[in-house]
Amino acid sequence: MHLAVWTYEGPPHVGAMRIAASMRDVHYVLHAPQGDTYADLLFTMIARQKARPPVTYTTFQARDLGGDTAGLFKAACADAYDRFRPAALLVGSSCTAELIQDDPGGLAEGMDLPIPVVPLELPAYQRKENWGAAETFYRLVRAFAGPSAPPPGTARAPRAAGHRPRCNILGPTALGFRHRDDVTEIVSLLGRIGVDVNVVAPLGASVADLARLGEAEMNVVLYPEVAGVAAAWLGRTFGQRTIRAIPIGVLGTRGFIAEIAEAAGLDADVLLAAEESRLPWYSRSVDSTYLTGKRVFIFGDATHAIAAARVAAKELGFAVVGLGTYAREFGREVREAAAEYGVEPLITDDYLEVEAKVAELQPELVLGTQMERHIAKRLGIPCAVISAPVHVQDFPARYSPQMGFEGANVLFDTWVHPLMMGLEEHLLGMFRDDFEFHDGAAPSHLGHAPTPRTEPAPEPALAVSTAAPAVAPAAPEPPGQPGWTPEAEKELGRIPFFVRGKARRNTERFASERGLVRITVETLYDAKAHFSR
Amino acid sequence: MNHPSPLSRLAPRAGALSGCAEGEVIHERGQREVFCGLTGIIWLHRKIQDAFFLIVGSRTCAHLMQSAAGVMIFAEPRFATAIIDERDLAGLADANEELDRLVTKLIARRPDIRLLFLVGSCPSEVIKLDLSRAAQRLDSVLSPGVRVLNYSGSGIETTFTQGEDACLAALVPEMAEAKAEDRSLLIVGALAETVEDQFRRLFAEMGVGPVTFLPPRRAAELPAVGPGTRMLLAQPFLADTARSLETRGAKRLAAPFPLGMEGTTGWLAAAAEEWGVPRQRFDDAVAAPRRRAAIALAAHRERLEGSRIFFFPDSQLEIPLARFCAAELGMTPLEIGTPYLHREHLAEELALLPAGSRIVEGQHVERQLDRCREARPDIAVCGLGLANPLEAEGITTKWSIELVFTPIQGFDQAGDLAGLFARPLSRRDRLEV
Repeated sequence: MHLAVWTYEGPPHVGAMRIAASMRDVHYVLHAPQGDTYADLLFTMIARQKARPPVTYTTFQARDLGGDTAGLFKAACADAYDRFRPAALLVGSSCTAELIQDDPGGLAEGMDLPIPVVPLELPAYQRKENWGAAETFYRLVRAFAGPSAPPPGTARAPRAAGHRPRCNILGPTALGFRHRDDVTEIVSLLGRIGVDVNVVAPLGASVADLARLGEAEMNVVLYPEVAGVAAAWLGRTFGQRTIRAIPIGVLGTRGFIAEIAEAAGLDADVLLAAEESRLPWYSRSVDSTYLTGKRVFIFGDATHAIAAARVAAKELGFAVVGLGTYAREFGREVREAAAEYGVEPLITDDYLEVEAKVAELQPELVLGTQMERHIAKRLGIPCAVISAPVHVQDFPARYSPQMGFEGANVLFDTWVHPLMMGLEEHLLGMFRDDFEFHDGAAPSHLGHAPTPRTEPAPEPALAVSTAAPAVAPAAPEPPGQPGWTPEAEKELGRIPFFVRGKARRNTERFASERGLVRITVETLYDAKAHFSR
Repeated sequence: MNHPSPLSRLAPRAGALSGCAEGEVIHERGQREVFCGLTGIIWLHRKIQDAFFLIVGSRTCAHLMQSAAGVMIFAEPRFATAIIDERDLAGLADANEELDRLVTKLIARRPDIRLLFLVGSCPSEVIKLDLSRAAQRLDSVLSPGVRVLNYSGSGIETTFTQGEDACLAALVPEMAEAKAEDRSLLIVGALAETVEDQFRRLFAEMGVGPVTFLPPRRAAELPAVGPGTRMLLAQPFLADTARSLETRGAKRLAAPFPLGMEGTTGWLAAAAEEWGVPRQRFDDAVAAPRRRAAIALAAHRERLEGSRIFFFPDSQLEIPLARFCAAELGMTPLEIGTPYLHREHLAEELALLPAGSRIVEGQHVERQLDRCREARPDIAVCGLGLANPLEAEGITTKWSIELVFTPIQGFDQAGDLAGLFARPLSRRDRLEV
């Protein structure tokens, strides 16, 4: 047993639902108790899908348990087939149905339905959502591409003269982080390289499309969390090359182009030489100087986190101070990347552990999931979202890919804007004693006449009573903290708010380590000098 | 599709309904598109401010909790899930020892907790993990500092709001024994604090009291109960809680539920009658808020009158809501779905429904969707999983969950309640895209 407050991933059957909901003609019959239908709202509310996910639940209740739950399951299969007429049926159990051991696969296969049935075994007490998605996709690929597999050991026939090379794009799913726009971007990029797309799967694919997967000569694995297992099998079975470069950021996209060009025997030098993204110039322009060495904490799925670290360090000039993932399956890759930036990797799915780490590191920017966005918000740190788990905001109306050259533009904007907002706050703070900027004044852009201030700005309140840091940790201050003089408190107020909490903590630590009772302006600057060594 | 039209199959029976009180209700079985009882924790943990809800369940339970709230507010909440894993199932770990370990850790981390609920889930029920014994064991260690109770919010036993019923029923044995001669009014069912305060003021003006509430805002404020206790149910889904309170001597005052101006009047009147409040005093007490409610309702009635409404089953609030829509807003309920119908608690409500109202208990979501499409209501009240798909088909919807999370009871919320139905329609009127 382990304690979970919030969870980064759902159970594995939700991963299977994401695959079913991605495809055009697959239906999933899920043996599950009443209540498990909550998962529908992930698709209809978060991703704003216009149709319910193609899932039929048995929704058994306690009174059914003594009776014929297997009969209930078979009736649900028959009804689902009659009503939805899918090309294939996925069948499986949720966590509770796994315990009652009805064997949905065996039951459905015994029904002689006129369509193929793909049984899923997703151990709910061991595995999680992404594993479930990967396993489901692999089972479907095997079931439908398998029949056209050549005998083992058959060498792949060379591409016929005059034909453009073809690839599959694997991994994009419903509820994926910006998958919809990534696919558009990458399909267009491949076209410019001179590679045709055979099948995109699972997003938008049909069962018949899966049967054609073997026709491509390579597989582009955009999201290894979902497509890694299926791509490995396809590679072995059809002798297809796997493209592993993740086209996130300018360097990532160039690496991707180079890998494809090499694999397809094409010349991509012209494309590589063309600067298609604005990121490199925006990053070099003098306005971006203030981005230098910004301390950034990165957490997400492994693919996005590793790519974000590279973009942050090498394309924006940030300093990576923390890197981690909730996906233990990809712990090795994240550890390697963390070593490259000289930071301790954080491999955990415990939200509280991530929160503690962010509070400890006091980064200037957090790149994370929706969960880190909430952590950052509470700690007063700018944040941008880079990875699932997703929220409704991660399905923007506008075109907003993460991948390719346009994706690099998007990254520049979405990561730099929160910092600029922080800078604006700081400027407002600097000028707050000016009459236009006092607390009661309406923002100038709202067009109100300025309200003149009637009394002088209050001095910062005294010493110990205000010792609660602006950036609040959960725990109350321990007793015996050194107190701040009003002058020092005022000086602290001039420090930008997004580093003020850290300055306060460092100064207090500095003072208590030296047994100082009062923190003066001198102490503040002594501490600054001490910690900036 | 080779099914006969579900609507036509139901129509003859529905036509035969003349007064719902006589009780012709259609029962349906099939896929139920409803939440399980765990979802109640989302409002209960905010209501009882020093209680912690520990679900003993699976990753699915934890995922439900953060998805169902609609917005995830990632503070450290007063609920969590003890996720059962394969070691517990294989018997490699003793589930009870594991639970003790987690609870000890939890209590050490959250010293503000006075009441801990161990909440059963589908998996814990199926593996027959005895949470009542676990609660007793932990209670003997942790009380009096922390009381430990248990209830089940599992989907195999509870639908959505029944989780609150199970939770409140678990509190009943903890309530002190009131003296037989001590007469008091107990309001049962979680209400927003503003609503509680409004009711408190109204009862005080009528001279009805003392008034206590279940659940209380803090664990230590649990009211006493005895033969002098008269209870008014503030929510229609409290079958088990009411039964437990009755075994403690409390008597239920039959009343409609306090939704809308008339519902609230009837609800208050039941207590006033029991307390022998003179008619004039009652009228004086409710005159001003009734006037406010009437004004607030009139504004929405203009838009809603004549609209046809279809309720999918969700919270058991559907019948009182349909009564309100029909009687106070001039709407026509086409179908009133409810997960479960408690005839006795809803007798007053059923009598007030328009003759011929079609009530469907239980659910077969696909057939119900077919009926909804065929009926083309002006507005459908449904869960979050169905709302956008119905909107995409051109049917305006109201999320039923908002009717549970928003304060809608009492005179001063009657207009807000009407507004919840009017806003989606008014939005449709505005949009030209």
